[in-house]
Amino acid sequence: MSTPGVPGVSGVPDAPAAPERRVRRPRPLPMFQKGARQALENPQLRRNLYKATHTIRNKRAAVVGEVPDWQELREAGRAIKERTLRHLDTYLQELEASVQRAGGRVHWARDAEEANTIIARIVAEHGAREVIKVKSLTTDEIRLNEALAAQGIDAIETDLAELIIQLAGERSSHILVPAIHKNRSEIRELFLHELIEHDLVPGPRELLGTGVDELSDEPRALTTVARAYLRNKFLSAQVAISGANFAVAESGTVCVVESEGNGRMCLTLPQVLISVMGIEKVIPTWQDLEVFLQLLPRSSTGERMNPYTSLWTGVSQGDGPREFHLVLLDNGRTQVLADTVGRQALNCIRCSACLNICPVYERTGGHAYASVYPGPIGAILTPQLLGVENASSLPYASSLCGACYEVCPVKINIPEVLIYLRGQVVQHKQESALGRLSPEALAMKVMAQLFSSQMQYEEAQQLARLGQLPFVHRGAITRLPGPLGGWSAMRDLSPVPTQSFRGWWRSRQAARRKIEQPVQEEQP
Amino acid sequence: MSASDTARETILQRIRAALRDVPAGEQPEEVVVARDYRHNGSAAREEVVEQFIERVADYKVIVQRVEESALPQAIAEACAARGVQYLVVPADLPASWLPPHVELLPDANTLGYEQLDKSDGVLTGCALAIAQTGTIVLNGGPSQGRRAITLLPDYHLCVVFENQIVDLVPEALANLRDAVLAERRPITFISGPSATSDIELNRVEGVHGPRTLQVLVVRNA
Repeated sequence: MSTPGVPGVSGVPDAPAAPERRVRRPRPLPMFQKGARQALENPQLRRNLYKATHTIRNKRAAVVGEVPDWQELREAGRAIKERTLRHLDTYLQELEASVQRAGGRVHWARDAEEANTIIARIVAEHGAREVIKVKSLTTDEIRLNEALAAQGIDAIETDLAELIIQLAGERSSHILVPAIHKNRSEIRELFLHELIEHDLVPGPRELLGTGVDELSDEPRALTTVARAYLRNKFLSAQVAISGANFAVAESGTVCVVESEGNGRMCLTLPQVLISVMGIEKVIPTWQDLEVFLQLLPRSSTGERMNPYTSLWTGVSQGDGPREFHLVLLDNGRTQVLADTVGRQALNCIRCSACLNICPVYERTGGHAYASVYPGPIGAILTPQLLGVENASSLPYASSLCGACYEVCPVKINIPEVLIYLRGQVVQHKQESALGRLSPEALAMKVMAQLFSSQMQYEEAQQLARLGQLPFVHRGAITRLPGPLGGWSAMRDLSPVPTQSFRGWWRSRQAARRKIEQPVQEEQP
Repeated sequence: MSASDTARETILQRIRAALRDVPAGEQPEEVVVARDYRHNGSAAREEVVEQFIERVADYKVIVQRVEESALPQAIAEACAARGVQYLVVPADLPASWLPPHVELLPDANTLGYEQLDKSDGVLTGCALAIAQTGTIVLNGGPSQGRRAITLLPDYHLCVVFENQIVDLVPEALANLRDAVLAERRPITFISGPSATSDIELNRVEGVHGPRTLQVLVVRNA
């Protein structure tokens, strides 16, 4: 049996993972430019995205503006992350000891497959066929739901947006509001066909405030349907799965930040709680939370504070789950850590401010990035997690305007890392035989040759002036031939002018000499 | 060696290999963290209370100031206005708060989820509150009960004493430190009723948590 979404991996999921394992090779992602083109052709999507990104952007600016010590908080956030990453092994071991002391169990997972195996085993041990989930990017990253489905376990997403895209069988397009690409009438249709017609919404129709036929597309009515559908799931589930926003090494406290209360339901009601976190989510001390609990909500939803923040430390007698498991996930993170320039991508607290401010994301949306992590942060994180050769177009999915760096609450210098990764993409291409023979590499080689000598350069200019004639339309080259076409697909090229500066200078000098010569001759 | 131990050792080794640029003797404290942000507010007491009230109200919370002597009456009126019949209360709630003419469901970790779900509301105190963000903090301490009781009922009536309100987030975290490190109590920050903006970014108050939150701010006698 093979686990869906994890190509080339076979395994008996309920057996313990063998110590020596084959490393999973990620598949190259589709080109960003291709996905972007598709997205740009969808006017509804562009309208939804424009409205969403601009709304959150403005809300963020307002609540950040009222904090007089915002820059000091950013700097502290950045520095705490730097301290943590430079001593990550120490803090992870401290976290492990604290969680165990507080009655929790800690598991380590080298990659997605190992994490999924651990989680599926815990769920199976409790005989559960259904688990409820808090929105978690990390579980999206490891494709947990598919792995559980392969074991006959249903994973029910309880965040409204995650529920919407799960019912629609789609992928998230924004890390904070995953269903940002869907409008209210699409969601109404979905709820009608997937929930109401299947009698999955319990209770009298009055509960909805409306009958099936006249289910309105008002967000309030749609939200009521989701509440009614999920309430019984919350009350009956045995096992819940969450991610983690932060985990405090000194106390073993795990933190989940949310809005709807679905998180609190999952974290409080079932007997068993499993939380999956990337190893970079650890923070050293309880005090450090005072920085991140200020930075995250304002940067993320543009609120002074999100409605609910849950902080729990192991298991508590008579309050909440009786069993708590914390899964610490690597899955490429140590690879990112090894790069001293790219390492800062691990500072990310997943607020999505860089998505909302980005002029590229604002137009293409998240699907074009073909990754769980879209937008500017995804453009630097994904190639590092998967290897630049598998996401070589993502470092180019940016105009390098720098807005993402400015809004980043933990000061990740995204443009710096983008440029650095572009360098790596080129280097990687040059190292491969196919890359050396690529039209781009050959063209660059020829260019380098031409630029090294004035005479050759001018001859080439002359040649280009003639050669470009068939391609110049109204003073611009809009489509280059053959393999050069990729360059002109998104932008126009100025033609080589009929006269170069050097040419103009020479003719000017020659004309001057003609005028000045007779005057000079008259002098004695 | 089990698979788990192997995974642990492998990950720790990978981390150490990745951090070759970090000098061997470097201590975590040597990585400077400048905490130049505000740790304590400078506003006067009355201003802090007013800001809390203003910011709680921003979340569409019903908020009202009362004298301590008038608290029982305010609670009774709130329950009556809401039409509460079955009210969940933590078992240790002060007797003087308990409203008359209401069926009380005292919880000492004894009520089932179904009972909580079918109740009309819950009445609690809090551990502290934060003015800067309009936040109520529960830590399972006196008059607060376990987490489930403030989650399943659709209406949460919360009593906040003025002297429980701190100005800034760092003050709140500092106050909660012992409850976490010494007692490992679960903590919940509540900033308004549950909400979502998932459909076209329209904010809807009330998804899974209590759809109505009401706060009584009590002037200490």
